[in-house]
Amino acid sequence: MLMPKPDESVIARRQELAAALRSIVPGEGVIDGAEELQAYDCDGLMAYRQPPLIVVLPETTEQVSEVLKFCHRENVKIVPRGAGTGLSGGALPLADGITLGLSKFKKILEIDYENRCVVTQPGVTNLGITDAVEHAGFYYAPDPSSQIACSIGGNVAENSGGVHCLKYGLTTNNVLGVEMVLMNGEIIRLGGKHLDSGGLDLLGVITGSEGLLGVITEVTVRILRKPEMAKALLIGFPTMVDAGNCVADVIAAGVIPGGMELMDKMTIHATEDFVHAGYPMDVEALMIVELDGPDAEVEYLVAKVEDIAKQSNASYVRISENDEERMRFWSGRKNAFPAIGRISPDYICVDGTIPRRKLAEVLQRMEGISEKHGLRVANVFHAGDGNLHPLILFDANNPGELETAEKVCADILTLCVEVGGVLSGEHGIGVEKRDLMGTMFTEDDLKQQQRVKCAFDPEHLMNPGKVYPELHRCAELGKMHVHHGKLPFPDIPRF
Amino acid sequence: MSDTLRPETNEQLLDAVKWATTEKKPLEILATGSKRAFGRPMQTAATLDMSKLSQIKVYEPAELFMTAEAGASMSDVTKALEEAGQHLSFEPPDLGPLLGGDVGQGSIGGVVATNIAGPRRIKEGAARDHVLGFHAVSGRGEEFKSGGTVVKNVTGFDLSKLMAGSFGTLAVMSEVTVKTLPAPEKTRTILISWKADGIYDHAAMSAMAQALGSPHDVSAAAHLPAMAAKKSAVDYVSGANGAITALRLEGPEPSVKHRAASLAEELKGFGAVEELHTKNSKTFWREVRDVQVFVGRDDLPVVWRLSVPPMSGAHTAIELLEDLHGEVIYDWGGGLIWLGLSSVESDANDEFIRSTVAKVGGHATLVRAPSELRSSVPVFQPLSAAEQLVTEKINEGFDPNGVLNPGRMYQGI
Repeated sequence: MLMPKPDESVIARRQELAAALRSIVPGEGVIDGAEELQAYDCDGLMAYRQPPLIVVLPETTEQVSEVLKFCHRENVKIVPRGAGTGLSGGALPLADGITLGLSKFKKILEIDYENRCVVTQPGVTNLGITDAVEHAGFYYAPDPSSQIACSIGGNVAENSGGVHCLKYGLTTNNVLGVEMVLMNGEIIRLGGKHLDSGGLDLLGVITGSEGLLGVITEVTVRILRKPEMAKALLIGFPTMVDAGNCVADVIAAGVIPGGMELMDKMTIHATEDFVHAGYPMDVEALMIVELDGPDAEVEYLVAKVEDIAKQSNASYVRISENDEERMRFWSGRKNAFPAIGRISPDYICVDGTIPRRKLAEVLQRMEGISEKHGLRVANVFHAGDGNLHPLILFDANNPGELETAEKVCADILTLCVEVGGVLSGEHGIGVEKRDLMGTMFTEDDLKQQQRVKCAFDPEHLMNPGKVYPELHRCAELGKMHVHHGKLPFPDIPRF
Repeated sequence: MSDTLRPETNEQLLDAVKWATTEKKPLEILATGSKRAFGRPMQTAATLDMSKLSQIKVYEPAELFMTAEAGASMSDVTKALEEAGQHLSFEPPDLGPLLGGDVGQGSIGGVVATNIAGPRRIKEGAARDHVLGFHAVSGRGEEFKSGGTVVKNVTGFDLSKLMAGSFGTLAVMSEVTVKTLPAPEKTRTILISWKADGIYDHAAMSAMAQALGSPHDVSAAAHLPAMAAKKSAVDYVSGANGAITALRLEGPEPSVKHRAASLAEELKGFGAVEELHTKNSKTFWREVRDVQVFVGRDDLPVVWRLSVPPMSGAHTAIELLEDLHGEVIYDWGGGLIWLGLSSVESDANDEFIRSTVAKVGGHATLVRAPSELRSSVPVFQPLSAAEQLVTEKINEGFDPNGVLNPGRMYQGI
């Protein structure tokens, strides 16, 4: 993974910069000891590591603003970091950059049940929001599987998803407002407890911008009333094709489940050995369909889905009789990654999205990719929204296997794009998929995105080297092409 | 009279914008022109008429998306969706009549460009939440795209959000992909009728908050003061002889029936409770969606749309109506106030309205007003200095020569 060449002259200034930062963030909020910096050398994508130049952990928005102002003035790069659970290397440090951690922003500022929203600092965990409002019967809908650890600020940066996206949307559909600090230190507030923007939807483009546009210092999210009831069906199929058809048939019948997850045989066996969820072992594909809502609706839809499953050739159907059993159905799926971790020393988790109807085709072609490179691939999907998480199994101790696994990953993602899908459903591009952006976007597409970056951070000081394979200078991007000799376009119908 | 360019292919569209860019000829972009009077009046050299780029290119109900050329008419889009039992769940309003035009006009591009949404906004989001991707020509005369056809997609910056609500000031969309969803089988509406005399706006906000905070999955919550209720085509509403608050429930029949009974029971402490079934419900919510109560009202020449925190709705509206002569209706559980004003003041009471909204946080848009007024008064919420700078820079990145709907949102942008 090629990162922008570190600026040795900045690295040489480590002590001086740390001293200056200590005048903004006093005490232990500035870290520059080699050993302590190791703790920040990667995020959830652990294959890539780089200790940062310095780590700063401010406690107030003003401090964030002063730090950014200082870095802007001194031309020093910044890498924002939430809880460090991101899976695409968005918070991978730079050797000549300061990692700005938001881990001290841990307070929930306001819970407003009547307006159904929570105002919180960005370091609060995703689950922390639900925990704070659960006693009153509310919850925060997006639920990435790292929800116990990941921060809401990081969720906004990555536009995190989870298993309930089809019905409840991603982070972007559940964020009402933010306070953020721009690279020049300017503090800006977007949105609030009201809906939509009076001007351009800046909040919309900030969400999912992977720390390239600003540092989030406060978030307002909407909370929802917990559904009266949730029931899950555990459905086994003799073939993956049957399972794929069942997914399509459920949607076609007008049912939008709260969650619809699919696992292949390798995953079923690995998870069953690990958590003993009671999964049937004689099926090729196992699906969990969760239906939530008012009692009467859930009962009605469960019966409907059971019918469809049987018509789709299901060989096993079990409906949860209580919440305990429902949680047991989920326990296997939620532990799929660590379960795979038990049968393979290392794995890469892929994150493409495909149109649902392509599921069977993509699975078959993935088998081919797996055979060609000689690495096993286990499959779990958010089937309802077409988000695939193939797990590529390898052993980093075998020379060359990481590189082979990366190749398998690139082949799978290229396949996703080829069938009309996208490179990332919820984990983000970061450094991991950065160099594949060209498979989905043209040069002009990418330039237009980067011009948005230029509006926020024209010097490319915030999180450079992430998302975009090539950093064009903003002055270059701003230039206009002149189209000589094509006037006056006689072909256009004019009236 | 200015030129009209009416491209029939993407190549012609690209040529048209390239011409405008090189010649620095500002374009007004439209399809049916139903929302032409929404925004600041513009000085343009030519009109870019998108109405010939009107095909629905891909519609796959089982994949829950539709890709249509930007000029595709809403009537075609709606018809195709209805045939498959689906809809656009953000419930795009037909603002044509409110703005003095005909019923049933509008294009999918216009709906996205104005980021409008109906009563279901509180549950399902606005147009911004349903645009999965688009293709466009920027003011640089370059084709580009963003997004895709799938719901779960975090690949690159989400330019779809920027396009939604940019009123054509950044790029001309050639095609858009929107999320489609199954339409609900049945609809019921719980109506609370308030006593004939007095103002019940505050109590209505509480009733709506209670309903929206209940597990009954309420998909819309509106309050019509007595004057507005009287004008409804639904007998139960117009005959209520007072203000009404309406809560909508949608879904499979057994579910809707069950929830309606529970919700009615929970709300009966507020006032007399009635129930509308599917047909009446549809009529009623279409009236709310399209702000029917202000359509064709020469006595209310100015209409503002205010977005505020839901529980601040009544407080804000009552404070405004103490000093201004007009009427209001509330949607989005109180978070959306449609304010009709009966006199055309030279400033449309802009500063008073915006400072009142600012007290609770939110924004105000001048949706209907004579064009002189829309030239002199900020139509869209004035921006903070930081927002203004970012907005200008973003615009510069898309349309450096200012040839696409220049000044439609803000002067000089």
